[in-house]
Amino acid sequence: MKDTEGYVTADGRQIGGTLMEMKNITLRFGGVVAIQDISFDIREGEVRAIIGPNGAGKSSMLNVISGFYTPSEGEVWYKGQKRPPMKPFEVARQGVARTFQNIALFEGMTVLDNVMTGRLTHMTAGVASQALWWGKARNEEMENREKVERVIDFLEIQNIRKTPVGRLPYGLKKRVELARALAAEPSLLLLDEPMAGMNVEEKEDMSRFVLDVNDEFGTTICLIEHDMGVVMDLSDRVVVMDYGKKIGDGTPEEVRNNQDVIDAYLGVPH
Amino acid sequence: MAHLTEGAEGLRSVPALLARNATQYGNSPAYREKEYGIWQSWTWAETAKEVEELALGLLNLGVNEGDFIAIIGRNRPYLYWSMVAAQSVGAIPVPLYQDAVAEEMEYVLAHCGARFAIVSDQEQVDKVIEIQDDLHQFEHMIYLDPRGLRKYDHTRLHQFSHVQEQGRAAREEFIKELDARRSKLGYDDTCVMLYTSGTTGKPKGVVLSNRNIIETAKASSEFDHLKVDDEVLAYLPMAWVGDFIFSIGQAYWSGFCVNCPESPDTMMTDLREIAPSYYFAPPRVFETQLTQIMIRMEDSGTFKKKVFDYFMEHARKVGPAILDGHDVSAMDRLKYKLGEVMVYGPLKNALGFSNVRVGYTAGEAIGPEIFDFYRALGINLKQLYGQTEASVFITQQPDGEVRSDTVGVPSPGVEIRISDTGEVFYRSPGVFVEYYKNAESTADTKDAEGWVATGDAGFIEESTGHLRIIDRAKDVGAMANGAMFAPKYVENKLKFYPNILEAVVFGAGCDRCCAFINIDLAAVGNWAERNNIAYASYQELAGHKQVLDTIQAHIEEVNASIAQDPMLSGCQVHRFLVLHKELDADDGELTRTRKVRRKIIGEKFADLVNALYDGSPSIYTETEVTYEDGRKGKIKATLEIRDAKVVPATPQKLAAE
Repeated sequence: MKDTEGYVTADGRQIGGTLMEMKNITLRFGGVVAIQDISFDIREGEVRAIIGPNGAGKSSMLNVISGFYTPSEGEVWYKGQKRPPMKPFEVARQGVARTFQNIALFEGMTVLDNVMTGRLTHMTAGVASQALWWGKARNEEMENREKVERVIDFLEIQNIRKTPVGRLPYGLKKRVELARALAAEPSLLLLDEPMAGMNVEEKEDMSRFVLDVNDEFGTTICLIEHDMGVVMDLSDRVVVMDYGKKIGDGTPEEVRNNQDVIDAYLGVPH
Repeated sequence: MAHLTEGAEGLRSVPALLARNATQYGNSPAYREKEYGIWQSWTWAETAKEVEELALGLLNLGVNEGDFIAIIGRNRPYLYWSMVAAQSVGAIPVPLYQDAVAEEMEYVLAHCGARFAIVSDQEQVDKVIEIQDDLHQFEHMIYLDPRGLRKYDHTRLHQFSHVQEQGRAAREEFIKELDARRSKLGYDDTCVMLYTSGTTGKPKGVVLSNRNIIETAKASSEFDHLKVDDEVLAYLPMAWVGDFIFSIGQAYWSGFCVNCPESPDTMMTDLREIAPSYYFAPPRVFETQLTQIMIRMEDSGTFKKKVFDYFMEHARKVGPAILDGHDVSAMDRLKYKLGEVMVYGPLKNALGFSNVRVGYTAGEAIGPEIFDFYRALGINLKQLYGQTEASVFITQQPDGEVRSDTVGVPSPGVEIRISDTGEVFYRSPGVFVEYYKNAESTADTKDAEGWVATGDAGFIEESTGHLRIIDRAKDVGAMANGAMFAPKYVENKLKFYPNILEAVVFGAGCDRCCAFINIDLAAVGNWAERNNIAYASYQELAGHKQVLDTIQAHIEEVNASIAQDPMLSGCQVHRFLVLHKELDADDGELTRTRKVRRKIIGEKFADLVNALYDGSPSIYTETEVTYEDGRKGKIKATLEIRDAKVVPATPQKLAAE
């Protein structure tokens, strides 16, 4: 599994070389060590999960990847290059898109407008021409709208295109968030607890969309998830964290049989 | 070769109509579909090209004349083209209901021995793959949407666009063959095979010939003056005969445009954007829309509500008369015009009915209030009565003769006969050829002279010549004095009141009719809330004195309306009670499609039925109920039984007694 050529998954998908590599990442907030010396890689085309009990440091890890936090120690390598400290929007420009655990959409705007904001990093027209909807801005908007419409079609949210996000139920908001992230055409898609708070049917829908995104667009996906069943079904490889440390890394099968992981989840008699 | 020279204006098949449209209406839109947020459209000339490429692709795959090709999916231009492409190569399209489960599909695919299937997406592909091992004749499947299918074994699976591409590439090789097959299509060759939904027993394959479809399309298009610039929204199942007639038969005959919605959920938005001029919907759709309008109006501001109520009252008074071209005073017309600007116009626009010139509803009885509401707005909503076996049209209402309680006069070319038992029979050029591989059923339904039994009981009104349907023939019985007993007719009338959810009328073999009533908790509960009436349970609300008063008033109104009808005046409800529990499919009282199982209810509540007939003022009863988790419990109640006022039957009826 450590070869640089990639590997073939159980269902026959060819996984490519390393897309992102976390090397000895440590993250401190004052005296609190949120992440302690963690290394792992994300390969092109795979679904990579980060799991762990509450407070294990999963979201912090995702925030390091998305550039929201700069690690105290360690290096982030992306597409073969060491990434200097960056602002989140710069990371986004490099092709990393994300969703949030507690939904961060513009509630008063329609679904369509929200998803359009996902194209922001692809728009270059100036304020004046955008305001007048003329020349470059106009062509650009039409081009981007077309891309957005493909995402809307893909996620089957045509019927709520013009609905303000604030009026939507929770499960659909999650899907709109995924749509916005997808609209950015990312090479790496980060999903922070995509199924949290969903009922069984919504979870099944979301799982199918995650797999379809990976399958149709070849997007590399890194997700954090609580629901073990979902993680085991969706992901190709899993990193397990506990108290800021990595305690396991491997295929779902390997992780499931890892004694440290079992202890972390079920507790150990002391 | 006689059959090759006949045919309406020399056009003997749908592909022939397509060829005519491609030259005559080449640049007019034939299809539109909303995709990626934009209405994509195809002209008749483009459609002819798409269909031809697909037909060539089908030849390339080895489709033979007489093969059956299953078509499964929601309404999309590509699937309509598939039907015409199948016909072009001499094959027979068999559209299936897309929501059918795999086993149902297996029966149909095995029964017709389909060799090919053209399906919409992964969901349908999976279903067919699940059953294809048991289908000996099945060979190839073509799909539209490649999503999720990349990893499937493609030896017998083909993408729609690739089939067309291969057809294009092999044009030189196959075009002669295609032309030969197209020109061979005769007037009595099979146009389509449609499976009836099969409420009783296995589905039956109704074989409809080109003659059936084209003659029917021609007659009905002329009846309603359908033209090339009409627009329809195709949203009802493709496997249903109505959709085939509207979206293929009439569309190809008249050359109008068929619009396909973006997805089933966007139907209402798409309807508004397209604003069809020719529209069909079952009563349920109109009912839901009306309820939504009313709820929104309740929530709107006082001024708006007042304006709406004022003009709607006026519309109910004069709207239908204006629509039918009757005499209406100039003042009323002026006021109606004002209402059009203030209320009716914007409302129709919001519903997508601004351009509706001809609207139809059919399938079941529509409530007179619902029907009149739409007509009052100036929407020319009419009723028709039809069957798969008739290529839809048996009767329909001509403009200016529209009423909610009849289904109209015989359609052009249709003859109607009422048998001694009251069953309706018809004969027309649209009458089906046969049930596929089922000579016995064919003989049961269609006699040697071509008369077809509808299974419905009805009568023709002498004064107007309109047909009125009473009930399914097998449900119609006789009362003790021999008068006709049509329980569903009465129940439907009762159910038109929002307060009444279900009604069960008893009376077969008895001297008078009695009824069980189920109140509608939503409607009655809402009323109770507005009038500060407290209640703790369904049972308590159902037994409330004011509720009983209201129901009694409804029943007496219905009695008065039934009394107008000499044949059915015996069906007036003499006594009734409001049931202490909702009739439920879990308790076996309703079918899963919510139809009342009269016999089972009669047996289960035998004590209540006795009480209705023995004159007692109230009855104590215990009923076993099944909860959703399967546990059983008992409900105890004392029910009040009331007498309803009965209107004396018409004089000639008295004389008969």
